Amino acid sequence: MLYTINTSPFENSTMETALRFIQPGDPVLFLEDGVYAVQAGNRFSETISSLLDKNPVYALTPDLEARGIGSVTDGVSGVDYGGFVDLVEEHQPNSWL
Amino acid sequence: MAEEQTNIKKIMHVMRHAPHGTIYTYEGLEMILIMAAYEQDISIAFIGDGVYALKKGQDTAGIDIKGFAKTFMALDGYDVEKLYVDAASLAERGLTEDDLVVDVEVLSSGEIGRLMGEQDVVLPH
Repeated sequence: MLYTINTSPFENSTMETALRFIQPGDPVLFLEDGVYAVQAGNRFSETISSLLDKNPVYALTPDLEARGIGSVTDGVSGVDYGGFVDLVEEHQPNSWL
Repeated sequence: MAEEQTNIKKIMHVMRHAPHGTIYTYEGLEMILIMAAYEQDISIAFIGDGVYALKKGQDTAGIDIKGFAKTFMALDGYDVEKLYVDAASLAERGLTEDDLVVDVEVLSSGEIGRLMGEQDVVLPH
């Protein structure tokens, strides 16, 4: 299932909570303020790196660009809106609002 | 029930917010009661501050809000009996199963995560 996270991990513990529940192989998509999680070299980079061992991680490119995030943690893939739609089509969404 | 079983979907409602600061939990509960009328396979997971919705001893008279903790106690009358509570969320709030108004199944995050994966729909509140 597709885990979507749309709030900053610096603002609340939603991401950390969601990642307790995730199953190996479940893709994670960061969008809106959630994309701050994947900025390279931040406090959550190690969390994202170890998440990537078992789960594909995506961030919505227009949201990265809107926030000036040019460099993301290694292994995180950017997706555009079309890619977002593809992910939703392939996986049942599990939205962590 | 002799009805056709094929239209029954597995639907999990996920409660993640404390009960009175926002309307998420109350509206979620209303949605559950409506959906229960359609005889779906409904479950509810209480995660994070969502566990506070089930806390015993809530008295909302002083904040002019209708308390709805007791409504959760009525859910089994609607055949909504699968109530799952995240053990870690309880523990980090200093709560135990005895602090809750209803009988629930306390599960690990991983077990709830697996149940989420089995659902047709997961609805966050």
